[in-house]
Amino acid sequence: MSEPVAQEKILKGINASPGICIGKAYLVDKEGVDVVEKYFINAKQLQGEVKRFKAAVKKAGDEFQTVLKNRPEELQRDYILETHIALLEDKMLYGRTVETIQAEGVNAEWALKKIVSDLKATFEKMGDAYLKERAADVVHVSDAIMRNLVGIASKNIAAIDKRVILVANDLSPADTSQINLERIMGFITNRGGKASHTGIMAQALEIPAVVGLETATIAIKSDDLIIVDGNTGTVIIDPYEQTLFEYEERKVGYEDYRAVITRESHLRAETTDGTQLEVMANIEFPEEIVSVKNYGGDGIGLYRTEFLYMNRPDFPEEEELFGKYREVVELMDPKPVTIRTLDINGDKAIASQSGLDEANPALGLRAIRYCLRKPDIFRTQLRAILRAAAFGNVRILFPMITVYFEICEAIKALDAAAESLEKDGLPYKREIDIGIMIEVPSAVILADLLAEKADFFSIGTNDLIQYALAIDRGNRNVAHLYQPLDPAVLRLIQRVAEVSREKGIEVYMCGEMAATAHHIPLLLGLGIDELSMNPQSMPRAKRVIRSLSVSDARSLAREALKKKTARGVFKIIQSAYGDIISELEYH
Amino acid sequence: MINEEHNKIRITTIKNELGLHARSAAQIAGISQNSFANVWIQKDNEKADASSILDILTLACAKGTKITIIIEDLADLPILNAIADLVETGFGE
Repeated sequence: MSEPVAQEKILKGINASPGICIGKAYLVDKEGVDVVEKYFINAKQLQGEVKRFKAAVKKAGDEFQTVLKNRPEELQRDYILETHIALLEDKMLYGRTVETIQAEGVNAEWALKKIVSDLKATFEKMGDAYLKERAADVVHVSDAIMRNLVGIASKNIAAIDKRVILVANDLSPADTSQINLERIMGFITNRGGKASHTGIMAQALEIPAVVGLETATIAIKSDDLIIVDGNTGTVIIDPYEQTLFEYEERKVGYEDYRAVITRESHLRAETTDGTQLEVMANIEFPEEIVSVKNYGGDGIGLYRTEFLYMNRPDFPEEEELFGKYREVVELMDPKPVTIRTLDINGDKAIASQSGLDEANPALGLRAIRYCLRKPDIFRTQLRAILRAAAFGNVRILFPMITVYFEICEAIKALDAAAESLEKDGLPYKREIDIGIMIEVPSAVILADLLAEKADFFSIGTNDLIQYALAIDRGNRNVAHLYQPLDPAVLRLIQRVAEVSREKGIEVYMCGEMAATAHHIPLLLGLGIDELSMNPQSMPRAKRVIRSLSVSDARSLAREALKKKTARGVFKIIQSAYGDIISELEYH
Repeated sequence: MINEEHNKIRITTIKNELGLHARSAAQIAGISQNSFANVWIQKDNEKADASSILDILTLACAKGTKITIIIEDLADLPILNAIADLVETGFGE
């Protein structure tokens, strides 16, 4: 009798990070040993929390005893298990966790995680190879306690030690920062959009991600074999053998192709008629500089600075910000680093700002509006940026400028920050390029006025499209109406490019639109000077640019501007550049 | 009573091949956990709690390392002797 073959299931989501991976699923929400939440325990309940911890240790001890009893004869002389049992109640692990719960008033899981990571670090630093490996014993023992704390039936830890594909409802930046990322082959989430944190993280790690799947955590069980195609946004559960072969081939093909375009990514992005376009990187973490350099980035076109403000009860100090900015600036020097000032939005609420409860955060107190309302917080960041500017090539970019008054106020704040640095006698540089993020339709309309106050514009297409077309991309009912090629969007871009030319300032683009292969001929034709995108997209963008000529691109843009629909625009791009695009986009 | 302080310490040398590794540390910790007061293992200027395997391990004592066993209460003299015996007999390895 043959086993009934499992039915292959296909889920469609949003492709948030390219690549293909095939492996075992690991559900985070149900068996979330890796994701530890921190919360505070009321003083009266602390004893109860300690008891809960002790009970978990006891249960873990019972589990070990059971394994010990059932141990096969040939392993009787192996003392590892006995050591593990003894470690369960070791002062450095057990005692210190109890102390931490009591002293810091935190939950047992968090206290245990903290103590274990300290211990792990102590052992991993040791010179002796044997002692180094004892870190693994500590982790093994604490995993057993953790499983009992979180209240999940014991699971074979070996399964988690393998590389897995993470399946979750949603991953917050706090979650992703706690996951042991070396074990992760790919991400799948129910929620999230293309520019969600999960996508950005996955791109930074160069692993595939599919988000917005809605039912992934229901359809997929831990240990299911799944295929994640981050290029098309497809997830296949229990694939047939035929499908598996097909994807293995595609995976190899994709990796070969990446290798080819990456090899030539250090060459300049110059059109066939000799115009050079700068291809820059959007980054969030200093760690991403490695991929920026690997992929031949001409600089940082957008350095997002929100991360340092998230998941903490207070605001970062100037020194901390300065340290991070300086690191990025020095690593990139002499190439430019465009630092965008704090842009808080609905997706990235600041813990210390829980007072902000808005019905419509996209239209609320965010970005420059927030900073102008909180001059102390703004000044701290501006001072840090000006100080970092003394160490390399820095540009500053103000987000969400909507009216003329805001850019005037922002520049005033920058001048005041410079003055205060002068008084304090700290090194800084005030003569940096000032940029305005064009992401609100009013800024396009006022572009001629704003241009007088700026050295460059940077078009943030993600928000500009959202505001121009009144589409929330996270809303699946209307997401299909989000069309970068809509004639309304093209006209906005055209106006910004035209005004920039007239006023003699530079115009850049840092939204996702810039990273999409088939948009590039159009953007070149419209007169964008610099494209900024996630580092992984740079080699492809450079390859596209090298195959284009400015004169052809201009005539394409002229034709495109006559079209009445997004579909019409896409069709003429396809007929002119279909061959390039199909090679690059569907690989 | 003159020698009281002197009786609280014992200097000895690690003889077994593996040094103070997990199993030998576990044996020391097992004995020390029954003490009245603190029991310490000292190597050079570093002191570890003898009732903690992990703390002992952090001393990284290889074969030939000179260690000092210290008790704080003379009532723990039997424990001091037992640990010293273990070390000197190479943990029965």
